[in-house]
Formats: sequence, C-alpha cells, structure tokens
Amino acid sequence: MTLALFVEQLLNGVQFGLMLFLMASGLTLIFGVMGLINLAHGSLYMVGAFVCAFVSAATGSFWLGLLTGTLAAAIMGVLVEVLVIRRLYNRNHLDQVLATFALILIFSEGTRWLFGDRPLWLDIPPALKGSVQLPGGITYPLYRLAIIGVGLALAASLYAMISKSRIGMQIRAGEADREMIGALGVDIARLYTLIFALGAALAGIAGALIGALQSVQVGMGEPVLILAFVVIVIGGIGSIKGALVGSILVGVVDTMGRVLLPQLFGILMPPSTAATVGASLASVAIYLLMALILIVKPKGLFTDHA
Amino acid sequence: MPDTIPHPIQTIASETWLNIALTAILITAPLLAWTLGEVYYVNLGSRIAILALAGTGLNIALGQGGLISFGHAAFFGLGGYTAAIAAHHALEGSAIVSWPFEIGATDLMPLIWCAAILVSAAVGAIIAALSLKTAGAYFIMITLAFAQMIYYLAVSIPTYGGEDGLPITLRNRIPGIETTKPLTFFFLCLACLGLGLWIFHTIQQSRFGAALATARMNETRLATAGIEPFPIKLSAFVISAALTGLAGALYADLNGFAGPSMLNWHTSGEIMVFVILGGVGRLYGPVAGAALFILLETFIGGMTDRWAFFLGLILLSVVLFAPGGLIGLFSGKSRAN
Repeated sequence: MTLALFVEQLLNGVQFGLMLFLMASGLTLIFGVMGLINLAHGSLYMVGAFVCAFVSAATGSFWLGLLTGTLAAAIMGVLVEVLVIRRLYNRNHLDQVLATFALILIFSEGTRWLFGDRPLWLDIPPALKGSVQLPGGITYPLYRLAIIGVGLALAASLYAMISKSRIGMQIRAGEADREMIGALGVDIARLYTLIFALGAALAGIAGALIGALQSVQVGMGEPVLILAFVVIVIGGIGSIKGALVGSILVGVVDTMGRVLLPQLFGILMPPSTAATVGASLASVAIYLLMALILIVKPKGLFTDHA
Repeated sequence: MPDTIPHPIQTIASETWLNIALTAILITAPLLAWTLGEVYYVNLGSRIAILALAGTGLNIALGQGGLISFGHAAFFGLGGYTAAIAAHHALEGSAIVSWPFEIGATDLMPLIWCAAILVSAAVGAIIAALSLKTAGAYFIMITLAFAQMIYYLAVSIPTYGGEDGLPITLRNRIPGIETTKPLTFFFLCLACLGLGLWIFHTIQQSRFGAALATARMNETRLATAGIEPFPIKLSAFVISAALTGLAGALYADLNGFAGPSMLNWHTSGEIMVFVILGGVGRLYGPVAGAALFILLETFIGGMTDRWAFFLGLILLSVVLFAPGGLIGLFSGKSRAN
C-alpha cells in the first residue's frame, strides 16, 4: 500500500469519525444530563438528510437545504421532546428504549409516507466539487475535506460553549446534579428542551452532510446510531471529550480495518480467503475494540463529565 | 377509598384467568383455522408461539433479572442459523465441521434443537461474562453491540449465504411425525412454548429465582445474604439465551430460511417489545405481547401499507399510558412479583 492511499484512508476515517461525533455528542449530552437513552436519534439524522435533499432539489441550493435540514431536525427534536420524551425522564431505561423504538417506527414509516419509497439524491454543492492537491502528492476530494473542517469547527465550538458559556455551565451542572440546579432556579424543563434541540440539530447537520456522499434513504440513521452508541460507551457516557476521542477511534479503526485487514491477510493466505476473512474481521473490529476497552475500563475511557 | 385499591388475591386470580383464556385461544384458534382450511392462520399461530417463546426467553433475563438485553436477536439468529446450516449440510451430504473433529450434519429436529440451545447458551455465556461487568445503559448498549457484531459476521460469511441468508430446502424432520404438516408443526411450536413457560415458572418459584429477583431489586442485599450476584445473573442470561435460540431454530424451520434479518437489531427490539407490550416479568406477558404484535401487524398490514406507523403509535401509547403492559392493564397491577 502506498503512503498516499494510506493517508487518504486515514483522512476518510477522520471524516467518518467527525460525523459520528456530531451524532454521539448529542446522544451523550442527552444521556448525561437527562439520563435518557434515545434510540430515535438516528431518525433526526434521517430528517436532516431528507429535508436537505428535498429542499436542495426544489431550490437548487445545497446551502439552503443544509440550513433547512438542520432547522427541521431541531424543530422535530423540540416537538418530540415536548410531546413524548419529556414524559420519559422519570421512567426506567426499559420504557425509554421501547418508546424511542416506537418513535423510530413512526419516523421511518412517516418519512416513507411523505417522501416516497425511493431514495432521494443529494448532490455535492458545485463550489466543493473536485479534488485538492495535498502536500506529498496526495489528491483528496474537496467535499470530504470540507466535512472534516466543519466537523472540527463544530467540535471546537461545542467544546467552547460547554466549557465557557452560561448555558454550558448549566449543562455541566445538570450532569452533576439535576435536582440541585432546578432548586437553584434554573428552568430545568427549558434547559432539557434546549439540549435536546441542540443534539437534534447536530444530528441533522451530520445527516445532511453525509447525505451528499451516499443515498438518502429510510433507515440510513440506524447503522450510524449503533456506531454512535459504541462511541459513547467507549468514551464514557456523558463525556464530550470521550465522545470526540471515541468517534475518531471508531471512525479510523472502521475505515482502516476495511482497507488494511484484507491486505494483511493477503500476505498469509490465498487472496480469495483473505478477502473473506479480512472483511469479516474488519466488520467486527470496532466491536472487539469496544469489548477490549470495556474489559479494562468498564465505564469507558473518560469517566469524568464534559 | 378502599375500593380503589385492588385486592391482591382477586388480582392474582384475574391474571390466572387471563392466562387460561390466552392458552385456550392460542390452542383453539389454529385448530379452528385448520378445520376451515385456512393454512395461513395456522402458520400465523406457529409464528406467534415461536415469537412468544423467544420473548419468554428474554423475559427470564429482563423480567426476572432486570437485565435489559438489547441483543437477543443474536441468540434468535444463532438458533436459526444452526437449523439452516445443519439442513444445508444434510442436503449436501457434507459434515458441518471436519477439523479438528468431525461434526456430521443432521436434519433431525430434536438434535438441531439441542445444538441451537447449546450454541446460543455458549455465546450467551461469553456475551454475559463480558457485559455483566457493566450495568444500566452500558449493559443495554453492549448487548446491542455484540449482537451487531454477530450480525456483521453472518453477513460477511459467503458460505452461508452472506446478505442473502440460507434457505432450508426441506423442513427438518422428526421420525414418525409429519413436521411439514402446518398443524403438526404448530403443536410442536406450542409444546416448545409450553416448555419455555414451564421453565420460566419453575425459575420464578425456585430459590434461584428468588436470588435473581433480589439481584434485580438490590444487588447489595443479595451479596449481604451471602450469595454472589454475578453467577446468578450469568446463569439467568444463559438460560434466557438458550430459550431464545430454540425459538430461532423453530422460526427458521417455519420460514424455510435463516437470514441476517433474524440477527438484525430490529429483531432485538421486537422481542423486547413482545415482553414489554405483554407485561414485564409476567409468565404470559410475552405470549400476550407477541400475539397482539403479530395480529396488529397482520391486520393493520391488511388495511394499509403504512402499518409500521400505526404500530409505532400504539406501542408509544402503551409505554406512556399502560406501563404494566396488556396483562397489567387487565389485571390492574403495574408489576408482577
């Protein structure tokens, strides 16, 4: 394998990891502050992608699509929080899992109802088409590079918001002791809705951005959701830092595993067997990674909050 | 207000009556369908019995032990693949494993059932041993992740169908019993469900069950009583996995097919839905839940293609407004203990 290919795959891994982070950070905040397991987070990702694809196709502007997709996901998040999720905070995990599983059924079928059974197509915006020349003679798609940039910027601003702003202070306080900050006069219900909307918006952005790289279809959120769960379990539930480290780790291991493992086994066995064994091992690599991390640290890498 | 408090003895009696009624319906409805020549509904009965068995398996871990496994599709699928792989090799006339020792193929259901139980119990033991180090939400997500791992493993093995799954060309057999006859197969499934319910009940009444219930409610108290919680929970999980695995083997034979969809996390969610819909920790909870779920799916599906949407709304209403599930709704208690 050439160095150029290696760097390209590494960048792909980082790009995938950053998109996972946008999903995982919302999940981990919602779990950390409200103690809620939200399986329907992948549906908000899907909402972002569908609205973005639909608006882009109608108006011809990707950017307008991205904006409306993000807003639609956030608004849907607020609606779901007020109508359903709010009633689940004091329930056990079992009820939360079942209710949000029901939400997935509603969202998936509702989306099919609204947008039809066929996948939508979302084009890369013209300004970001083509490739760029990186140092060392590596060519890399501009759009993917832009996604990396957006992901890094969002991660940085999320970190700044949580560690510096007043809302961030309330979120951190909420993770430490929700009853106490309620007693101190913070409007807890509003804070919860806000956190949920923030998580939903991040999921919506991720969905819209990824939508241009693959087809926009019902169920697209589910594999990402499960990987995001793996991420927050690895990183430690409730920790933003953990979510970032976990996301990059999972993104890179997943992407590199798919490329490297079949080649690695190719040295040892005949090519056809190597491809099979390598592919199977690559698909389970992240779960093995998770199992290993949990055996060593049962509560994830970063147990301290935010 | 004395009449608003349900009388305990009366409540137990009403749940028992409900269970008897459910058993009667489950036996008579397919019989009736058979005499009317409606084979479709006989197979629907088999499907309900099998899924109720899968739910009963989960109910041991989830209801009695409070172990929220979101990965029971793993055992359901492993059971299914065990049946399909055995049938595949039996048809080909090849051995399942030829090295380091030979395991021959078979198309005898009782042997396949034992194999399905053993395989899912063994994998269940590994998953539980690793997952039980964690608790709460971590446990839910780890069991989910392990099931996904097995899902992707199944998808990436082309010998056994990969994405397409593995067909069972000829339904496996039992000497002297005509398993291909839908009504006969239904009674086989019903017998397995009966076995599962008996195991659930026996555990609930036993000292082991008492320890398991205590582990659910207060682990420290169990430890203080001199019983280590880990082996108790591990055993419960393994028994739970084994029963769900048996259900998977039956399901593959019913459909003539085992595929990755049996291992999909939606299946884990559905098995969990059967339990919660019917009533967590109740003997007949999964039976009521699976019956309602399948009937809703069939009848709403007959009216509109968008059945999943309405099913979601109904499930959501059950969680929000009837936390004790169906049986809780009818017998007036939020949880059976």
